[in-house]
This record gives sequence, C-alpha cells and structure tokens, in this order.
Amino acid sequence: MAYTSTWQKFSTRPAMPRRGLIARNPSVLYFLLALAAFTLGVTLLSEATGVGVLSTSFVKTLGKTLCLCLVAVAMDVVWGYCGILSLGHFAFFGLGGYAIGMWLMYARTEIIVAESLAASPIPPTGQEISEAIASQIFGVVGSSELPAIWTFADSLFLQLLAVVLVPGLLALVFGWLAFRSRVTGVYLSILTQAMTLALSLYLFQNESGLRGNNGLSGLQNIPGLEDASQASISIAFFWASALALGLGYVFFAWIVSGKMGSVIRGVRDDEARVRFLGYHVEHYKLFVFTLTAVVAGIAGALYYPQAGIINPAEIAPIASIYLAVWVAIGGRGRLYGAVIGAAVVSLMSSWFTGGGAPDVNLGVYVIQWTDWWLVLLGVTFVLVTLFAPKGIGGLFDLVADWRAPHRHEDYGPDASAKRAEEGEE
Amino acid sequence: MLRALCLTLALCLLAAPPAADAQGELQSLLQTHSEEILDPSFRTVGTAVDDLVASGLPAVAPFLTRWQDKEVWQRTSDGLFFFAEETGDDQLTLYDIASGDEVGTAPDDDFEQSKPNGGVRRVIGQALVQFRLSSPDISDRRQAVRSIERNPDADQLPVLRDTIEGESDPSLKARKERLATLLTARFGESTEDRIAAIETLSDDLSIDARAVLNQILDTDAEVAQTLPDDVNVARVLQPGTDMPLAEAYETLVDEDLAPARTSPSEIRAALEANIEDGRVAGIPTGQLGDPARRHDAYAALAEAGTVPPLVTEADMEEAVAAHVFYAEYDEDDPAITDAAEAAMSGVTTRVGVNQAFDLGLDALSLASIYFLAAIGLAITFGVMGVINMAHGEFIMMGAYTGFVVQQIVPDYTVSLLVALPLAFAVTFGAGVLMERLVIRWLYHRPLETLLATFGISIALQQLAKNIFGTQARPLTSPGWLDGAWVLNDVVSISYIRIAIFVLALVFLALLLFVLKRTRLGLEVRAVTQNPGMAASMGINPDKINMLTFGLGSGIAGIAGVAIGLYAKVTSEMGQDYIVQSFMTVVVGGVGNVWGTLAGATLIGGLQKQIEWFNPSNTLAAQTYMILFIILFIQFRPKGIVALKGRAAGD
Repeated sequence: MAYTSTWQKFSTRPAMPRRGLIARNPSVLYFLLALAAFTLGVTLLSEATGVGVLSTSFVKTLGKTLCLCLVAVAMDVVWGYCGILSLGHFAFFGLGGYAIGMWLMYARTEIIVAESLAASPIPPTGQEISEAIASQIFGVVGSSELPAIWTFADSLFLQLLAVVLVPGLLALVFGWLAFRSRVTGVYLSILTQAMTLALSLYLFQNESGLRGNNGLSGLQNIPGLEDASQASISIAFFWASALALGLGYVFFAWIVSGKMGSVIRGVRDDEARVRFLGYHVEHYKLFVFTLTAVVAGIAGALYYPQAGIINPAEIAPIASIYLAVWVAIGGRGRLYGAVIGAAVVSLMSSWFTGGGAPDVNLGVYVIQWTDWWLVLLGVTFVLVTLFAPKGIGGLFDLVADWRAPHRHEDYGPDASAKRAEEGEE
Repeated sequence: MLRALCLTLALCLLAAPPAADAQGELQSLLQTHSEEILDPSFRTVGTAVDDLVASGLPAVAPFLTRWQDKEVWQRTSDGLFFFAEETGDDQLTLYDIASGDEVGTAPDDDFEQSKPNGGVRRVIGQALVQFRLSSPDISDRRQAVRSIERNPDADQLPVLRDTIEGESDPSLKARKERLATLLTARFGESTEDRIAAIETLSDDLSIDARAVLNQILDTDAEVAQTLPDDVNVARVLQPGTDMPLAEAYETLVDEDLAPARTSPSEIRAALEANIEDGRVAGIPTGQLGDPARRHDAYAALAEAGTVPPLVTEADMEEAVAAHVFYAEYDEDDPAITDAAEAAMSGVTTRVGVNQAFDLGLDALSLASIYFLAAIGLAITFGVMGVINMAHGEFIMMGAYTGFVVQQIVPDYTVSLLVALPLAFAVTFGAGVLMERLVIRWLYHRPLETLLATFGISIALQQLAKNIFGTQARPLTSPGWLDGAWVLNDVVSISYIRIAIFVLALVFLALLLFVLKRTRLGLEVRAVTQNPGMAASMGINPDKINMLTFGLGSGIAGIAGVAIGLYAKVTSEMGQDYIVQSFMTVVVGGVGNVWGTLAGATLIGGLQKQIEWFNPSNTLAAQTYMILFIILFIQFRPKGIVALKGRAAGD
C-alpha cells in the first residue's frame, strides 16, 4: 500500500498548466487572421460586390490557389512532419476532383436532358432519361452506356462521401501494403510515384469509365444554380476554399502539436528509435498518410469546380512532384511554409507562363519567360535545396532570431536522417 | 486447218493483202470474234479470249498485251485489225498484227479503236498470266507468279502446273510448286488431290497457307427448323452459350422466321402517333412516364390492331428454341473440311509456339533497353544511395548528342561510331559536374537529392526544348541496321533491336569486368558495402562517388543513342523511361548488375506478356505492370537480388 501511495504521490505531481492550441502555436492565430483579412479583401474587391477590381477569373485563380495551399499543407504534414516523401498526394487530389466532377456532370446533363425530353408529347421514363444522359456524357468516347462506377453519380451525398472515401481507402490500402513491408525513404517515394503513374494511365483509358483523356468538363456549371452568376459562384467557392484551408490548417496544427505530433516527428527523425520505444510506427504513418490523402481529396473537390475541367494529365506524377517542390520552397516542417510555397510558386508559375512577365532583352538573346520559366524554377529549386533548406519560411526564423536569439540546436527535418537510416528497413 | 486455209484464200481474194499463212491465222481468228474484240464487254469477251488462247499462236501474247493497252484498231472499210499509234494530226501509224512490223500510216477517219474497260482488261490480264508464266524473261515470270498469289483463281491451276516442269530458275520453281499446292488445296479437281495438298499445308506457317486453310474452313451462320442432312455442318450453335439470345433472335428476324422486336424508341413513336385528346388508348399521356403504364398503353394499341404486338422475352425464347442454329462450311465435301480442320489445328499449335518465341524475342529486346536505361541508375543508387531523377534527361542528352553528330557527320555508320563514345563523354561530364556542384552537398539528405535532381531534370528538359524545339528529331540508323531478321511469317525481329541487345550484352560484360576485375571496381564495391569502413581503408569515397556518378550518367548517354535509333528524339523522351528504370532498379535490387539484369528481364517480359493478352491496350499493360510491381515489393522489399552489407541495413 505504501508503495502505491508513493507511486501515486509521484504520478500526481502538480499538472503542467495545459495551454490551448493557439497559445502554443501563435502562428496559427496569425495565419487565420491573415486568411480572414485576405478573404474579406478579395470579396470586397470582386465583381460579385459590384466593385470589380478583381475579375471573376482572377477570383477563381485565387480560390484555386487556396485549394492548392490546402493540399500543400497536407503534403507538409506527411513529408515535413512525418518524413514520408509521397509523390502521390496530387493523385488523391485528382480523385477528389473526379468524385465531385461525376456528380456535377451527371446532374447537369440530367437537367439538360430533362429539358430536351420535356418537349415531347409523352413524358420520359426513368430508363429513357438515364440512357440519354449516358449517351450525352459518353458519346465522346463512343459509348452510350453508363459504367458501373457512375451508379451513385446522381446522388450528391454519396459522391461527397466518395470524395473522402475513395482517396482515403486507396491511401489506406496502399499505405498498409507499403508500410507493412517497411518500405521507406527513396523506395517509398518511387513506389508512390508508380502508384500515381498507374492511376493516371488507368484513367487515360476509355475503359476506365471516366471518359479517358477527355476527362470531365463543364464542372464550373453548378446544377441547381443556373440563375446565379459565375461572379457570385466564384466568390462562394472562394469562401468555401478559404474555410476549408482555415479548418484544415487548424486541424493539422492540432494534430502535429500534441503528443502525437512528437511521435510523428520522431518517426521522421529516427524511425527505428521510435519503434524501439514501443510505438507502432506503421500505425502512425498509416494514419498520417490516409488523413492527408483525405484532405487532399477534399481540396481537389473544391479545386476542380473552379477549374471547370479535370483530365488524367492533372494526375500525372509530375504534378505530385511539383507539390513537393512548392512545399520545399515554402519551407518544410512548418504549416505556413507550405501555404506560402504553394501560393507563391503556383501564382508565379501562372504569371510567368501566362505571358504576364515582361521579356528580358539581353541584346544577343531575348529571354521569353514562357520558355525559360521552368529553367528558372528548376535552378531556383536546386539552389533552395542546397542553400536554404528551410525555404521561404526560414525568413521568419531570421526575424524571430533577431528578436530573441535561439540557443538550441536546429532539429529541422532530415537533419539527423543520415544516409544509413535511409537504406535501412 | 482446212477452214483457216479457205478463209485465208477468201481473204486473199477479197482484199489481196500480202499476208503470210500464220499472219492470216490470227487475223482470221479475230475476224470470227470481230464484234467482241472491237467493242468488248466483261460478259462476252471470255469466249473470244479463250479461243485466242486455245489457238496457241505465238502472236497471241503480244496481241493481248497491246489490246490491254488499247492499241488495237479496226479498219472500218475491210474489218481488218491493226496495232496503231496516234501520231497527232489525226494520223495513225499502223503495225502488222502478227509480226509487229510497221506497215504505213493512214488517217484515223477510217479506223475505230477497241477500248476494253477495266473488267475486260482484267480478263485479258488473267489470260496473259499463262503466257508470262512461261516467258523467257525471268522478271516476267516472277510477276506472273506474284499476280496469281495475289488473285488466286481455279483456272490458273492447270496452266501453272504445266509450266513448273520447264522452269529453269530453282527458287522460282519452288515458289511455283508451293503456289500450285496452295491452289490445289482450294481448287484441285479431285478430293484426294485436295486432301493431299491440305495435308502438306499443315506444317506451313506462312500467312498465305493459313489464309488458304481459313478460306476452306469459311463458315456461314445458318438457321433452320431442323438440322438439314445435306449440308456440311461445322458446328451447331447453342443460343445463350455460343451466341447471345438477342443475336439469335435477330438472325430469325433477318430470315423472316420471326416478327421484329419493337425497340423502346419505336414504342415511343407508336404511342406518340396514337395520341387522341391527350390520351393513348384511354391512358392520359401524363402517366406514360411510368414504364408499366406505357406497357399497358402499347398492349391496348396492339389489341386494337393499330400496332404490331410486343415481342416479349418469353416469345423470343420460344422462337429461338423452335429453331436450330448452325455454322455451315462453304465447302461441301466433309472429307476436305475435316482434313483442313486437322491441318489447321496443327498449324495453330505451331503458330502458337512460334508466337511465344517471337514474344520472347520482343521481351528480350525490351529488357535490354530497360537494362541499358536502368543500369546507370542502379549503380549510382547502390553506391551513393542517391536516386537521380535527372537520369532520364541524361538519356535525352545522349540522344541529342547523336542527333547533333549526325548533322555534322553525314555518313550514318561513321556518325554512329562517333556518337556512342561522344554521348558517353558528354553525359559523363554532365554527371560529374552535377555530382560536384549539387549532389555532393546532399549526401546526408537523400530525399532532398531526389528533389534537387528533379529540379535539374525540369531545367534540362526545358533547356533542350528551347534549343532543339518541341518537334521530334530523327536519329537515322545506318542502312545495314534497316530491315528485320525474318525467321518465318510469325517470328521476326528488327536489326536495330538485335543491335541494342548486343549493345546491352557488351555493357553487361564491360560493367562486370570493371566492377570485378579492376581497382576502381573494387573500391566502388567497397564504398557500396560500407562507405565509412572503405574510407578508413584508404579509399577516397569522394572520388569514387564522382566517378561512379559519371559512369552511371555515361551509360545513360549510350542508352540515349540506342533508344533514339528506334524511337523519336524529343525533350520529353527521358520521362518515358525514367519510371520504368526506377521500377527496374527497385525490382532488381540496388547496386547490383545481376539484380538490374533480372529486374529488366522481369519487367520487359511481363510488359510484353500483358500486352499479348490485351494487344490493343498498352496503357492497360503498363497499369497492370505497375500494380504487379507494387505487390512484388510486398514480398521482396529489397528486390530480387538483395544487397548484403551494413549499409544495406540487413
């Protein structure tokens, strides 16, 4: 009994005051404030409120950028915090887009078909309607039958469920197979890349039932909102994207801040040691991998109605690598870094390739940025990797150091992940 | 003969031409068919041509040739035929019909040209074949044989047989004999002849032999109340198993043995046509969106006799069950079709075996390409634990080096010999440069190497696009690499692929030699197994890393030249091979030449096999292959040949 009481005495030492998430991570608050200000500013300047400083297409671009920021945050959690360089998260993003795109396309075609059939003297049967929809949607790939995967396309609820379930289940099965056989490091990256390639090749086939390389189109027309202007729809999606980003940011900040966050970072820095401490490393990795895949799917479901079209080329492995590039340039291991990276690089990318950047005349040669942007990006990326592994986010450290010089060793990602560990297991 | 003499005599008396005996013979023969020859039609010309051929006159062949070329004219005044050429000014130069000698000129008012149409010219051409078959000119004979091969016909068989004996050229003789066998199988006079010919075809793999067998075995789908006795039935078709029920019923409809089905759109049209006061057969149109109500309305209309009754599923089954469906051979003689079936099954087996062999060759050549593309990657990965995402761009760089060399050195053989070492040198240099500038700083951050090399990859790719443009550049192979090694009609492989295979073998041997027999190889293997221990033994890992990276990149350059020879050179070509190369390395196991070889063989073989199952869809093949690899990694996470040593983390 005495022993127990001693034990109790030790275990019930005065609890540390448990501080809230915001208090522990002031950056979350700053981020939310910045996001709110940005959202309000864009709304006020948009065409929907009549000011019209920002065109509808630009609002759409900004809304899409917010979705890309969200998937970048997910990527940062899986790579920057958990050390899994997944080259498949943009595939999950695309799957989310396909899932919602199926409903958008089906429901919209259904309205069009119903209108055209309403003119005939006899009301159509359900079968006639579904056949007409099928031939409308699949005429382009020379088919007039609705594939089995479109069974639930008429239900918004089920397709929304699919946005979450399809990427989630794929990530769960793939992750379970990969982590179970202890595939790590570069091997895992290559394997995720292979998965992405397989998926995009599969979707490229007409037999996949998702219109092959035509993809799904006309997604910017929201069924049931025919009367609403694109300006107000774009603002609605912009708000939804901002909300999703804000919620996702807080959620992930919560995930990576507590005890679980410590374990996840431990897995990144020394997987074997965490395993020896008795943690089920595979479970943690699988949880993070699947969770981020689900968020990527949600981001995709918000992105593609604003983009208007989705095709398998969007899922190609290169897109997932770009995602990693954004996160690396923005700064891994800090959520706001991912947001900054995705926003800066994707906006600059569309500015440079869209012909917005002025040509540089060198006298002997005129640099046209549409041709040279990728060279610049590639070289910048190499330089960032070599000289500024913390990315743009590292600048904030400089400010923080200036205010209060830090006295601890840098525990940034990969700092302790030596080569030997990479080859291991 | 007497008749001909009399005719000649008569002609001599009438027109008194200075005609020799033989000359008159052809002319007189033509006179008997004067009408058909002047104004030939496809249906009537046959008898005239047959008579001409049967006469056996030496002048018949040249006459038919020139007739085909529309050079035969008839003099209206006396009906005599001449060869003639228009010289302009409405004048004709006349040639004698038998000897071909010029006999003077005449105004064309007095002449009428014979203009055989396409169908007639074909008849003439076929008649000509037999003359050509025994022509003294061998190219004529070859052409004749080729034309029979293209257009086999029963009439040609005896003619062909007759000329085999006298054929002087042995290869052409063999060809004629073979052709005779093919024709006999299809058109032979007696059943025994045909069966004998068919049996000899059973060990012939050529496409035309298989075509002959297929033609003999051609079937038509038929339907009848009961199975007739007097036809050569190939097999009885069971509706539901051999053919879908709907298809069987359609056959019945086509044969007028059953009423046609009414399609949903026809039902709709019929209902729309019978709307009276917003009602169809008493049912308001508003309710016709319900399938059951629609059915009721149509049934009521059918009852009234306004529309044909609906054919139900049960009606269909009943009608189909009352008939027997069978496939009937076009060939009536069962003995022949049996023999052909037997021959065909033998041929099919042999074709299958040969196809498997051909597939093996294809797989081997694909594997050698993957091996060349991946081995450099495997070495660098094995030695340095670094995945070089720009490896594909080194392949591209090698291919473009080959392209540039070809622009400077016009001779393709010489340019290839220059391009191979040059491509190695260029990519070796690029590899060493990249290692010194970038990778060296990232050895402790392998994941970042992956990304940094990816940055280099997109920069290089865009750079190539800026320099060489987006269009594909050709890398022409030398003439001696054109064409293919053809074993038979099933098995063939192009010389370029053989060359790539040889190249892969050479590099395999070279690499094994370097790694196992040289000081450099020893040090490379030491660094691969344990860099720290190797360094403490006096090996400079830095130097080894640099050289290994250069070597790996150099081989990529060579692979680029090889790939460029059969695929187009574009700035994106590296991307097509990079994932496959990764797969090869991952499946094979890192840092081991044999592992890479095994990986390349497995992946190449697998890809070809999947393509064979579904040849129309290479995308599906790649998809399934990648899925297979993902599963494979489950069972052998370290690849086929796992590396031993501390660094490999055993």
